[in-house]
Amino acid sequence: MFTSPKSRFPALLFILAFAMYAAFFEGLPANAAARTFDQGLEKLTQKDFNNKIQGLEQIVQSKDPQVEKLLSALLEGDLYYTQKDKEVVYATKSDGQYTTTGVLSNDVTQQVGSRSIRKIGINNNIRKKLKGWLSLLQLYHGPPRERADAVYRLLGKLSPDMVDSLKDLYEQETSHKVRQALATAIAIDTLKTGNNEAKLSALSQLKGSLHPAVKTGLINLINEKTSEQVQKKATKILQRIESRIAFYGFLETLFFGLSAGSILVLAAIGLAITFGVIGVINMAHGELIMIGAYTTWVIQQLLPHHLGLAICLAVPGAFLVSALSGIVIERSIIRFLYGRPLETLLATFGVSLVLQQAVRSVFSPLNRAVSAPDWMSGSLVLNPILSLTMNRIVIFFFCLFVFGALFLIMKKTSLGLQVRAVSQNRAMARAMGVPASRVDALTFGLGSGIAGVAGVALSQLTNVGPNLGQAYIIDSFMVVVFGGVGNLWGTLLAGLSLGTANKFIEPFSGAVLAKIIVLVFIILFIQKRPQGLFPQKGRAAG
Amino acid sequence: MKRLSFIFDDKLGIPLLIALGAAMIMVPVLNLMVPETNFFHVSTFTMSLWGKYLTYAMLAMAVDLVWGYLGILSLGHGVFFGLGGYAMGMYLMRQIGTRGEYGHPILPDFMVFLNWDKLPWFWHGFDMFPFAAVMIVLVPCLLALVFGWLAFKSRVTGVYLSIITQALTYSLMLAFFRNEMGFGGNNGLTDFKDLLGFSLLSDGTKAGLFAVTAGCLILAYLACRYLVSSKLGRVLAAIRDAEDRVRFLGYNVETVKLWVFVFSAGLAGIAGALYVPQVGIINPSEFSPLNSIEIVVWVAVGGRGTLYGAVAGALVVNWAKSYLTGALPDAWLFALGALFIVVTIFLPKGIAGLIRLRKEAA
Amino acid sequence: MNCNRLFHRLLFITAALFCCMAIVSPASAKDTIKIGVLHSLSGTMAISETTLKDTILMLVDEQNKKGGLLGKKIEAVVVDPASNWPLFAEKARELIEKDKVAAVFGCWTSVSRKSVLPVFEELDNLLFYPVQYEGEESSKNVFYTGAAPNQQAIPAVDYLMNEIGVKRWVLAGTDYVYPRTTNKILQAYLKSKGVADADIMINYTPFGHSDWQSIVADIKKFGTAGKKTAVVSTINGDANVPFYKELGNQGITADNIPVIAFSVGEEELSGIDTKPLVGHLAAWNYFMSVNDPANDEFIENWHTFIKNPNRVTNDPMEAHYIGFNMWVKAVEKAGTTDAGAVQDAIIGVTVPNLTGGYSAMMPNHHITKPVLIGEIQEDGQFEVVWQTPGLVVGDAWSDYLPGSKDLISDWRAPLKNGNFKVTK
Repeated sequence: MFTSPKSRFPALLFILAFAMYAAFFEGLPANAAARTFDQGLEKLTQKDFNNKIQGLEQIVQSKDPQVEKLLSALLEGDLYYTQKDKEVVYATKSDGQYTTTGVLSNDVTQQVGSRSIRKIGINNNIRKKLKGWLSLLQLYHGPPRERADAVYRLLGKLSPDMVDSLKDLYEQETSHKVRQALATAIAIDTLKTGNNEAKLSALSQLKGSLHPAVKTGLINLINEKTSEQVQKKATKILQRIESRIAFYGFLETLFFGLSAGSILVLAAIGLAITFGVIGVINMAHGELIMIGAYTTWVIQQLLPHHLGLAICLAVPGAFLVSALSGIVIERSIIRFLYGRPLETLLATFGVSLVLQQAVRSVFSPLNRAVSAPDWMSGSLVLNPILSLTMNRIVIFFFCLFVFGALFLIMKKTSLGLQVRAVSQNRAMARAMGVPASRVDALTFGLGSGIAGVAGVALSQLTNVGPNLGQAYIIDSFMVVVFGGVGNLWGTLLAGLSLGTANKFIEPFSGAVLAKIIVLVFIILFIQKRPQGLFPQKGRAAG
Repeated sequence: MKRLSFIFDDKLGIPLLIALGAAMIMVPVLNLMVPETNFFHVSTFTMSLWGKYLTYAMLAMAVDLVWGYLGILSLGHGVFFGLGGYAMGMYLMRQIGTRGEYGHPILPDFMVFLNWDKLPWFWHGFDMFPFAAVMIVLVPCLLALVFGWLAFKSRVTGVYLSIITQALTYSLMLAFFRNEMGFGGNNGLTDFKDLLGFSLLSDGTKAGLFAVTAGCLILAYLACRYLVSSKLGRVLAAIRDAEDRVRFLGYNVETVKLWVFVFSAGLAGIAGALYVPQVGIINPSEFSPLNSIEIVVWVAVGGRGTLYGAVAGALVVNWAKSYLTGALPDAWLFALGALFIVVTIFLPKGIAGLIRLRKEAA
Repeated sequence: MNCNRLFHRLLFITAALFCCMAIVSPASAKDTIKIGVLHSLSGTMAISETTLKDTILMLVDEQNKKGGLLGKKIEAVVVDPASNWPLFAEKARELIEKDKVAAVFGCWTSVSRKSVLPVFEELDNLLFYPVQYEGEESSKNVFYTGAAPNQQAIPAVDYLMNEIGVKRWVLAGTDYVYPRTTNKILQAYLKSKGVADADIMINYTPFGHSDWQSIVADIKKFGTAGKKTAVVSTINGDANVPFYKELGNQGITADNIPVIAFSVGEEELSGIDTKPLVGHLAAWNYFMSVNDPANDEFIENWHTFIKNPNRVTNDPMEAHYIGFNMWVKAVEKAGTTDAGAVQDAIIGVTVPNLTGGYSAMMPNHHITKPVLIGEIQEDGQFEVVWQTPGLVVGDAWSDYLPGSKDLISDWRAPLKNGNFKVTK
């Protein structure tokens, strides 16, 4: 398997590594090794998980060049065996057919039906073992980053003989990154086993590390009876680590808050337009969000192999679908109710019931699965204790983008000008030649379209189902009212601050109380400033 | 006679009152006295169903009083209804005594279940009916007083007021869902046995409850009618139509609003208390903002600004809902949603407007 | 505007609407045995309950093809309680008093069951309740075909403790009675096995909770203490999708912190992208992937009935399958659909379940079931990794709660009591 040592990995080291690898798993003579490999493969095809583990242990012991490929294929679920003669094969799927390659024979067979091969199932125990073996194997090759990660994954799980090998590896290693990782691993071990002097120098080594295993090691050291000097130093380092953890904890909460806030803003900003600018209390706003989410699902069904593209197309798609639905609602119902805001509430409440049931009839009451593209899954690891989830980062910036776009439309386009004119003084605007009813329809469409875009974002976070909209409607109203009706900046600030406040209260009070506290705060705030954070000024107010 | 003119001036209210009075006497009689096989027999199912509608009608009237006459659209009246219901529920829970699953003499089942060792302070006194009866009115009124005082003093009006009443009911819903609150969480209060010593399972008690509900509705109707046809009623309408002008004329608008709001909350509380023994359960979903919006929809369908309209709206919508959930289980929301849309567009004055229209046309 | 014309038009609309209603109302044939189906078809619970309505309709269909029951056809009366708890009680009464049904199959949430319970006791009818629940209840009129805590939670924890070596526990649930009770039982059970308080973290969230960032981060921190950690999730319905999405994104995989769920089945998974969840667990009494001829037939019938080969089956569906067959058998045994006679006849009735064994109705109105632990696979199915050697008898009153330890339930002739106190 070590067929392609990297240039930064000298041959000498490679040989040493090989020897160490053998030391990890007591080596075997060559032909015996081949036999064990074959036996191991055979055990993989059995149903019992314990037999599979035995088989895998044999495979690993055999040191066959294929081991790593085999293990990762098993972990990824690409390892199958044929129904007929129980031969273990690698399989890749395309268009419902498989292409198989025999592990031993290397025979490639095209167009294999799904019935003639069976996947080799694994459970968590096996999965864990596989990952451990793969980490060890990766220690010896691959780019430095991966090797360093492999070391970090092993922290806290090392046995004494493994530490010895790591020490040898450390002597030979050239990459700074990997050396750093190895030093940390060795130092953690020294905290347990070394003499006082060694412990002290290990402590210096660990000074800046945030890895959880370091903290556990330090706590254990302090609880142990060691020399006062060591105790003192360890306590000091632990304190420093803890204060850094607290700082990063603060950053994490801030991120959580901004993320929660950005979702509130996305959900509410369409409402800020329909409610704030044209004075329609649109209870069906939540359902327009839902329509956006379903549009995302439909587009993803049409493009099953291009998740990223599907999401990108869903943004304009959802905007159009929701905007058109909004215009239809406006032209057929709301048009008759201008100037009677509370009656728009009742009619749109009826619309929301109809839309919900329509979705239930068309798409079934079950939730729909919307997958995330690669660039929206996983997280951005900043350090061992702070990582930010990708989907929320993307959604946060998406929210800012939507806000910016909407802001430009309202301030820089003629539509925006007309909308503002109509909202400030309808009669005067009409007298100046603004087609008020067309502007109404377009504004409502714009607000609805933004709701649809929010639906695309929400489809990445929560259920896509008939109840999606209901969960957000109340919060959206709170955000708009808190921010000040008719003010986009107010909505942005209100959403972000309510989200952040919620997340900072949550650790002390739990999720429910945090929400209640925020609601009570809004109620009291409205008493103090009845027009919200940013009241409308001038004649339009009131 | 003149003192009673507030009743007789109300042309459409009188038939409603007569109908209610007749129902109050006849329905229990037809249920208890007439044998089941007889055509005129009213089944217990129908009776408790209409008993429930009548409590809804009372609630709708409370909302109409503040919305139709005073112009305050409360999207949170479910709160007062729910609180009244919880007060009644707590009394009924305490009446269970040792008949609960665990046979604990004092603690309700759900507390035994969650290992509470003693009764929380706010549960004390609810074993006595007079105390519970006071609480049924007092708790909603107090909340309305505090909330209204804050809101009206700072002149929160219109949509803003509607939204914060919504926030109020939403936050109470979340709070009551918490099991730590001591109100039974999501399961709420249920498994009631008897009320004032009468078993809730017997038809006699149900008939009695129906009669009491109808009676309360008649009294509440008369009280509201008296209120709106008095001088105060004209001030209310004036506030609704031009609040500032009334203020400049020297009326204390805030105080008027506050007390009518409190009165309405008390009425909703009584409705809630009558509702609970008839449906047998009270749960935080009564506080859900959508429920409160539905109440407003009943009033709108019936016709805001007319008390009989509110009553009729509540009865019609709820009857339609009961009927449709049985007859069209898969599509009833379409029908209900369409009804709301049609009413708001074509019948801005609701059913009451329709009836009046016909009178004028004739 | 001509008022008269407007009025006539409106009158016409209203009349048309009512005509529609009248036509749609079901025409009831005379000589049938009616059963009620009381599952929400709208509102928040529709997502789970609609499937169960269809399941009962399918079972009725099959039974009628086999010649019905006692020489009559079975007719299912479907109503929609709309996820509204008082409406459940109203509809239950309507089914029993107006439609005169012989038995009702329905309810999902505990609160809906609590709401209808007095109605069933008052009118002495039968309710078959198909969902796993918190126990602590035994009614003469209710048959609990879902799992009691000892048929799901305790075996699951045993598995994690003994097979995976879990030492630290997160008990995460939605704040309502099922998770509260289950966690209480589990806490007592874990303590009896020597787990320290500091190694148990309990967390409750509201219904439909969607922002799991902080809680998942807490779980992650809790899991870095160097001991093997697992999450026991009693999170309900809609809150699961955002929970699992957050788990996946924050990098909590099954091999570092496995999550075992009691309310996530095949149907819930069909709404989630399962790739990041592979290896997380669920404990149920049935999985669609179980290899058994009866199960294959059930799945095939389901696909034909629902006209969609991609629909999944799940545990509550099996519970309805068992419950319905038990009721049919008991009615045949009693020779009548009379509730009292069926109540007596059904105790001891044994029918095949879908996992290759038999389930029996016990005197406490709970049934015997095997407990299976499954791992989530990429295709949204579960792979069974462990199962109890035999059948487990459902326990109405938990042995791990102080109030209910001494209670037993036995609805057979001499005792006929749901909460009989035995002093040990």
